[in-house]
Parts: sequence; structure tokens; C-alpha cells
Amino acid sequence: MYDFLVDLIGNEIIAAFISAALPVVFIVPFVIFGVLMERKVAGHMQDRLGPMRVGYHGILQTVADFFKLLQKEDIVADGIDKKFFNFAPYLVFAGSYAVYAALPFSSKYIGADIDLGIFYIIAVSGLVVAGILMAGWTSNNKYSLYGALRSAAQIVSYEIPTALIILSMVMLTGTLSLAEMSEMQTAYFWNWNIFGGAEWSFTKLLLIPFMFAGFLLFYISSLAEVNRTPFDMPEAESELVGGYHTEYSGIKFSMFFLAEYANMFAVSALVSVLFFGGYHSPIGYVGNTLGLEALIPFEQVFWFAAKGIFFVFVQMWLRWTLPRVRVDQLMTICWKYLIPYAFLNLLIIGIITLI
Amino acid sequence: MELYDLIFYFFAIVTVVSAFMVVTSKNIVHAGFNLLFTFFGVAGIYVLLGADFIAVVQLLVYVGGILILLLFGIMLTNKITSVELRTGTAHIIPAVIGVGIFWGALTAIVAFKTDWVEVNTASTESTTIIGLGNLLLTDYVLIFELLGILLLVALIGAASFARREIEELKD
Repeated sequence: MYDFLVDLIGNEIIAAFISAALPVVFIVPFVIFGVLMERKVAGHMQDRLGPMRVGYHGILQTVADFFKLLQKEDIVADGIDKKFFNFAPYLVFAGSYAVYAALPFSSKYIGADIDLGIFYIIAVSGLVVAGILMAGWTSNNKYSLYGALRSAAQIVSYEIPTALIILSMVMLTGTLSLAEMSEMQTAYFWNWNIFGGAEWSFTKLLLIPFMFAGFLLFYISSLAEVNRTPFDMPEAESELVGGYHTEYSGIKFSMFFLAEYANMFAVSALVSVLFFGGYHSPIGYVGNTLGLEALIPFEQVFWFAAKGIFFVFVQMWLRWTLPRVRVDQLMTICWKYLIPYAFLNLLIIGIITLI
Repeated sequence: MELYDLIFYFFAIVTVVSAFMVVTSKNIVHAGFNLLFTFFGVAGIYVLLGADFIAVVQLLVYVGGILILLLFGIMLTNKITSVELRTGTAHIIPAVIGVGIFWGALTAIVAFKTDWVEVNTASTESTTIIGLGNLLLTDYVLIFELLGILLLVALIGAASFARREIEELKD
């Protein structure tokens, strides 16, 4: 994509900026759609209708909310640390946006096709933690500080099972690059990693149960990493008001919101790349059938978005089904259950890979 | 000016300015937050040097690990955030002499004693992990394993510290 833009524009700097800004074109509509979906899913799960007023069945509700947030007064309370307080929301968003650099949207567009793709994604999530701590501390408010400390502790702890499952997938595929990992799961859905990968052999059958276990472990810990229910302790309304973004309003609050939804899609996309074939279609391409090669990248973007949005939907589904866990239960789940199981899974997948 | 020059100057300025803020800041939490930008800038410079693995490890270990631990430590320590740090120099002449000698020795070693290897930038590989992985499991396998044992010992030590305190609380 970058090379194509360099040819088109003729200036490296402008081409790099455009190529880097493309995920925004995806994130902003996704957030507008995602927030509406969240409210509609919530409504229908509770036997309500959700927003109905703005547009047909409320489809323009988020757009209206967005303009409302833009117009709101930017409240900066006294006694807070203004410099870092103003900077923190952007740092959190930058951390979630940086993840998009390594996500392969299609075989033709990946922000940076680095060989360290998935390792880089684990690493940059540290920026989000730092941003959340910054937001919580500079707010000079005990609820914000509690929320930030909980969130940071949670993300740091759940990074371990996530990283262990990712490690087992890296052992299986032999690459850290997400684009290569997607390419391995090409053609039909039985080639996906969750069904044991593309190689037809005895080990494929052996792998299937451990792949499912790995997927479940990864999905649970990724829920905790993006602070979604049942692990949304950092912003538990009943105890902490709004968590680390209690003091924020207007555009800065919407940056946190944007970052949260961007993160939700990013982990869902990661799940789809690791286990469900990434941008590859489960049933073959229309472009191949019609003989139109140019159609394939667009179909791939569609499948990538569809898989990602499906897992975002599952996150919402869980949010309105499960009650929130307590802080000690949260840590127990991570350290006493997820990490040992993830280690066991890693060991077994390693042995099967060696066979 | 090329794209990479622009990126280099951006990261260089971020690193130097934030490092300056870390040492001059009177508030210890501000120093911690500024350290984030120093680590980030150094990671960017590693990328420009072609050391992609080191850059990501820099982010993972320093930003994701050490800095978060540092901030936790500062925030959970009672009354540390309101302490005014003394940043004025007390002994400026000895300090200048000491730092000058150290800096001079370092620069002299770097400038005259190092065997600089000229690398053809066009032929460098896209990633360093393959070479790194091979070296770690062949030439440096003993050191690698020893480091693993060291980390395990540290982990067990940390766990035993935490456990002892809980038992003391129960008494």
C-alpha cells in the first residue's frame, strides 16, 4: 500500500502519513457502529428496543452523541496535574492505535509488515497501561486512582496467559508475522488454526482440542486486557463512579471511548488472525470464481472486519450475560487457573509440534 | 530532507528533552511519566538502527515492565508524591570534573578503540530475530540457560517474600 502511494503521490513523507492514517478511516466508523451495536445488543438482550429516536431504529444515535460530545465544555478541575491530565487520553489512544500498525487488514494492506508483528503488539500495549496510570494519578481523585491501579494490575497480569497462548501459536506456525500467519490459513475454513492448521496429517486431529482450549484461554484473557465485563473492575460504576476517566469530559472522554472500542476490535482481530484465518475467506473468494483478481483484497477486508465484528459481538453478548467478578476472584482466575492451563497447553502443543 | 531523517530528529528530540525533564523535574511522578518518553524515543532510535527486536524488547521490558512497576511503587508509597526533590547542584566543580573525565574516557574508547564495521545498508536483512535466535541457542546457550535459572530464582524469592508476610499477618 505504501509503495503504491509513493508511486501515486511521489513524496515519501506524505505517502507514509496517508498509509499510517488509513486505520483511522476504519476505526472511526467502527466506533460509531460499535457503540450503537452495544446499545442495541444490550437493549434486545434485556427485552428492550435500545435507542429508537434518531434516524431509522436509532441508527444515527451515535453520530448525534458524537456531536454532543464535541460541543461539551472541556472541564478541567482545580488541583489536577494539567499537563499530563490533558495528555493521558491521547497516550491511551496512541497505544491502541499503534496495535493497528501490525494488523493485516488484507493481503494488500498491512500498516507495517514487520516480522515481529505479534511481539510488537504485546509490547505496545504497555503504552496503554502507562496512559491509564497517568490519567488516574493526574486526576487527583481517589476513584480515578483506584480505577487506574486496578486496570494496570489487571492488564499486566492477564498479559501473561495471553503471551503464553501467543507463544504456543508461534511455536505451531513458526513465525511472528501476522501476515504470514494469515497466509498459512488460506483457502477453506478447515485450514484455520483452530482446526489444527493447514497441514493434513495425524497431528492435525491431535491439535484440535488444544487449539480450542487455547482459543478459550486467549479469549478470556483478552476480555480482561480490554477491561470488558466480566472483568471491568477498573470502571465498576457501583464502586468507582467512572474509573480512571471519571474526571474527563467532552473530547478527552471520547478519546478514551475511541481507545476502548479500538482495543476491542484489535483483540478480536488478533483472535481471528491467530485462530480463525485472519483475512481469509472461509468459503473461497467470489473474485476467484469470476476471474476478477482485483476484487480479492476488498473481499479480504470484508472478511477481516466481519470476523473482528463477530468477536466484538461476542464480547457484548458476554457483557450483558455475566455478572462482574470481584478483584480477588479476578486475580485468582488469572494466576491460579489461566496461567497453569496456558503453560500446560503450551507444553502439549510444543510436544505435538515436535512429533 | 528524507523521511528517515525527519523520524530520527523527532525521536532524538523526544529522547533528549524528556531525559532532561526526568532529571530536572521536582515531582517524582512527573519524572516517572517523562521517563516513558525517554524509553519510547530510545526504542524509536533502535528501530532506525535496524535493531527491531531490541526496540520491541525495549518497549516490552522498560515501558511495559519496569516503568509500570516504578509508577506503582511511587503511587503506592505514602506521601512520596508531595516530596520536593532537591535538584539544585551542591558541588558543581567536583561534579563537572568527574562527569567530564568519565565522558571523555567513554568518548575516547568509542572513538579510538572500537572496530567499526561498515554495513552495506542495502543488503541488511529485514529482521534480526533469526540470527539472534540461532546465536542464543548455539554460541550463547549456556548464558541463556543461566539467565533463565537466575530469573526463576528471583521469581521463587519474590513468591517466598510475599508468602512470609501473609503468615506474619495471620499470627
